[in-house]
Amino acid sequence: MSAGTDVGLDVGTGVGTGVGTGVGTGGGSGARAGETAVRGAAARNGSGARPFTRVLVPSGVLGLGFGEDALERALALDPDIIAIDGGSTDSGPHFLGTGTSKYADAVVRGEWRTLMIARARLGVPLVIGSAGTCGTDSQVGRLLELTRELAAELGQTLVVATLESSQSRATLAKALAAGDVTPLPGAAPLELATLEACTNIVALAGAEQIDAALATDADIVIAGRTTDTALIAARPLADGRHAGAAWHAAKITECGALCSDRPTSGVVVVDIDDRGFTVRPTAPDARCTPRTVAAHMLYENADPFVLHEPGGRLDVRDAQYAAVAANGARADPSDGTDDDASAGARRSGTEGADGGGGSGAVRVVGSRWIADERYTVKLEGARPDGFETTLLVLLRDARYVRHAHEWMKRVRTRLADTVAARLGIATDAWSVELRGIGLDATLGDLETATSGPHEIGVLCLIRAGSAALADEIARLADPLLLHCPLTDDEPLPTFAFPYSPVATPRGLRHVFCLEHVLTLAAPMDAFRLAVHEIGT
Amino acid sequence: MSRVVDHVVRVRSKNAGPFRLTIDLFCTGERAYETVATSLSTARVAAAFGLDETRVDRFELPALAVLKFSLPRPVVQGAADDRDMHGAQWAVLVETLPLDDA
Repeated sequence: MSAGTDVGLDVGTGVGTGVGTGVGTGGGSGARAGETAVRGAAARNGSGARPFTRVLVPSGVLGLGFGEDALERALALDPDIIAIDGGSTDSGPHFLGTGTSKYADAVVRGEWRTLMIARARLGVPLVIGSAGTCGTDSQVGRLLELTRELAAELGQTLVVATLESSQSRATLAKALAAGDVTPLPGAAPLELATLEACTNIVALAGAEQIDAALATDADIVIAGRTTDTALIAARPLADGRHAGAAWHAAKITECGALCSDRPTSGVVVVDIDDRGFTVRPTAPDARCTPRTVAAHMLYENADPFVLHEPGGRLDVRDAQYAAVAANGARADPSDGTDDDASAGARRSGTEGADGGGGSGAVRVVGSRWIADERYTVKLEGARPDGFETTLLVLLRDARYVRHAHEWMKRVRTRLADTVAARLGIATDAWSVELRGIGLDATLGDLETATSGPHEIGVLCLIRAGSAALADEIARLADPLLLHCPLTDDEPLPTFAFPYSPVATPRGLRHVFCLEHVLTLAAPMDAFRLAVHEIGT
Repeated sequence: MSRVVDHVVRVRSKNAGPFRLTIDLFCTGERAYETVATSLSTARVAAAFGLDETRVDRFELPALAVLKFSLPRPVVQGAADDRDMHGAQWAVLVETLPLDDA
């Protein structure tokens, strides 16, 4: 997931018909309303003791925050595993291109520490995928080091499994030659030059690789790039739960409480059994409704019905969502039967998906998993794309605001003339782009609005093959942006520079350049697993 | 003639990976959904992005009162000429589209 502040699911005006009608909770007692957590030895001995696998997802990504109260309530439910995502491509190619992390070290450290303490308390595995935003080996290494530091600080003795997802260009070049690197629909076949230009390439691990890491009996699994869903689906799949339910549950909970009516509350708990799954948020005021849960299949997903994963695809066309009845069961044991619970689920679903009085949990059945014949993993790669220096100037003078497009065109022309005269470099050795903030800086040529603003920010982006050249051209642009007149016979104007120096070097740019999958003979072929004993 | 914005709680646009964009129209209810689904053509959405209709996938989810479109991202995410890293502001282009519901 990306920005956890998205509140897109907080809708629910007069909707809900058809969602969840006629769904029973069936025989899966794990889905029963008001179920009491199975505590103690039975749960500690593994999920085999319960007819479901319970996964705790603290939030959509490590670094985004979760309520400590919600986490505490989730821990009281005795989950079998804690799973959290660590990354995404959504913040842009810079992070993969440079092998760096988006979130502040202090935040990652604080949250990881909290989760390490929680894990130790329950004695269950903690798994993170896509470590450090981009999921390169370097970020797996960083998180391993942080884990060592925190283990020492907390006095923990741990077995940590690391799963590395970075790919060597040489190995991929061989795979490409062998026909094992193929384009995703709509993409062009991969060219060797593109592959060789990448600074970092990762393959997205699936449930098989996460399972291999969990099978080492590690306390903590630190995985490189992984599909958001695989790290949640792996354990229930290993426990033999319904495969469609495991993957669907994983997709619904990959962003934590984004599938609830309190999207930023973070923590959700999901139970996957032999027929379906039941999901609930654990923040006191948060609720899942059939609508918020079903709607999460839309989120950052090009196809709302089908999700492609390593080894197969999830199909939710026939999935049914129902609210689980309110938790009267614990006050009155006679209410605690499966029949009552399933009747309650039907009632809630029919009466309105967002109706009050439910438990805040949602039951889902009917999801399907269809295995592929080939085992493929998706590749992500980023390559350098030149250096950039930016300048920002503000136009407030009414005449210049009115003629901003013309002014920007004039600045471009003059800059081109100046660069040719002073630097004598080829026109394809550099470029300049001016965007009128207040005009069409966001949508560019697609903008349809015509109303004019009273001031305009002009963002000037200069790109060149070296940082020094981009900076030099920015120095040539500086006086033009400050003083360029609309006509040659008017007093020299001066515009507003918001700071000095006005040029900001942005360094090396990167661009995503792989839209391909790699076929593997065996899932672990492109991944490396290692086990580390810490604190012994 | 009304516009999409008159019938939705929200239009959400998001990256679906670096190369695709997905746009969800959360309608205010069943009737609003019917109106939007029957009077917003895929071709009109495609045209707002300067695309041919064949390049835009359309999904109808009446149970959620959601209409969804997925399309090639106007610019690859993070490329030099990308202006919106998270692709969220393109929703505006769909919000303001007119409907054929006169």
